[in-house]
Amino acid sequence: MKKIINDPKTVVAESLRGLAAAHADVLRVEDDPALVVRVDAPVAGKVAVISGGGSGHEPLHGGFVGHGMLAAAVPGAVFTSPTPDAVEAAVKATTGDAGALLIVKNYTGDVLNFETAAELAAAEGLDVRSVVIDDDVAVKDSTYTAGRRGVGGTVLLEKITGAAAERGDTLDAVEALARKVIGQVRSIGVALTAPTVPHAGEPSFDLADDEIEFGIGIHGEPGIERTAVVTADELVARMVEAVVTDLPFAEGDKALLFTNSMGGTPLVELYLAHGIAERLLAERGIVVERRLVGPYITSLEMQGMSLTLLKLDDELTELWDAPVNTPALRWGV
Amino acid sequence: MACTAETLAAALRAAAAVIAEHRAELVELDRAIGDADHGENMDRGFGAIVSALDTATPETPAAVMKLAATTLISKVGGAAGPLYGTAFLRASVKLGDAAEVDGPLLVEALRAALEGVQARGKAVGGDATMVDALIPAVSAAEEASGSGIAEILSAAADAADKGAESTVELVPRKGRASYLGDRAIGHMDPGARSTALLLRAFAEAAK
Repeated sequence: MKKIINDPKTVVAESLRGLAAAHADVLRVEDDPALVVRVDAPVAGKVAVISGGGSGHEPLHGGFVGHGMLAAAVPGAVFTSPTPDAVEAAVKATTGDAGALLIVKNYTGDVLNFETAAELAAAEGLDVRSVVIDDDVAVKDSTYTAGRRGVGGTVLLEKITGAAAERGDTLDAVEALARKVIGQVRSIGVALTAPTVPHAGEPSFDLADDEIEFGIGIHGEPGIERTAVVTADELVARMVEAVVTDLPFAEGDKALLFTNSMGGTPLVELYLAHGIAERLLAERGIVVERRLVGPYITSLEMQGMSLTLLKLDDELTELWDAPVNTPALRWGV
Repeated sequence: MACTAETLAAALRAAAAVIAEHRAELVELDRAIGDADHGENMDRGFGAIVSALDTATPETPAAVMKLAATTLISKVGGAAGPLYGTAFLRASVKLGDAAEVDGPLLVEALRAALEGVQARGKAVGGDATMVDALIPAVSAAEEASGSGIAEILSAAADAADKGAESTVELVPRKGRASYLGDRAIGHMDPGARSTALLLRAFAEAAK
């Protein structure tokens, strides 16, 4: 394992120190418990949108703290959800009378810790709601699994609910909007290599040079199927097929296409894949009206990518376009 | 040997040493079907319990368990934090204000721990989780409830070992491993393994 670190135990804290140094105009960082909070929080009269999860998915979630997006992010240890007291501290640091919405990805640890935190905050009289995003079409949604994972759609959900909160929507409205987004966003991911968690010291799964994992999540857990390396055309076609047929997306639908690098796939390959996806969607009559391309929800240095498709309407498009000023997303300001 | 606040604290220290010793093994089990953090998280949590016991002197067995529970909840994260935290918390509530824990009370506490884990994680036997180690452990403890603390814990640890072993053949239905489906067959559940390790550590400490 080669990494630019000092000690696996201090990776997250040291990284957060750097984030704070680089973006002091937008956010501040607290330690023990570790929190990333927008610099002007709490913003009076506005719902606080808060998210969090294990570290190692940067820029998710800390990179999305700021005007027009998250009020706070709660980073856990690498690939490990934060603890309830940390989430509760984030709620207290950012939540006023307008209340808070917690965005939780459907992973058992995240759900359990955020659930407990919401109970703690409610016991203190704060109006806190949570929504669980489960956009990963790779996982069979049945009573025999923990349900679908929350993956790439999380980025779009944080942007859109953050914009609604910024314009002054009530907690009821922001929560309803979040449920609407979750209902119409779908994702699929693939891995070409496994990531190496600093404290584990070796790759989180073994993959031969001529194999890929199809249907991965964001924690270096293996996917649903291991297959041979195929061309980009074949791979992206399979990914588009999986996403489009799930909702399903229909001819004439307007959509946002998010092509995401898992950390180790360079932009040259990512744009290549994005171009193929756009073409395939056009062939199906799906109208891509907005795009996001880049590393936004990663799995350390894992090579691989995910595709996320969100069905758009005028309201969602307007909220997507609304000004945002965070380390990782910035436009309109 | 009587189970007092003092001996329980010593047992937790022993458990922390066992977890530290098996940290790499738990990471490796989790690497196979999850995200390779179980050993790291458990080691961090039990290390924090030792630090907490260095600075506080809880006076009853229940207070010791509660200190351990809140430490696990606030230091571990992941799924293991809330699940083990709940287990210890429910056990603590069951111990009440007793100054010493006898066999029947110990068995009740183990039962409460199991029920807490199931309430929080919603897992049943056969899902390939820590519950597959805990259910047989509690049953074995109940059968041995007329014996001494050490014998009860020893019976529970034996049963937990077998239960953990049984997860190798199961298809996981909870947690991150559930996403693998059949591909997880052949791997022991890391949570079941850590449960078995903890019960064995308690049993050894009670001797």
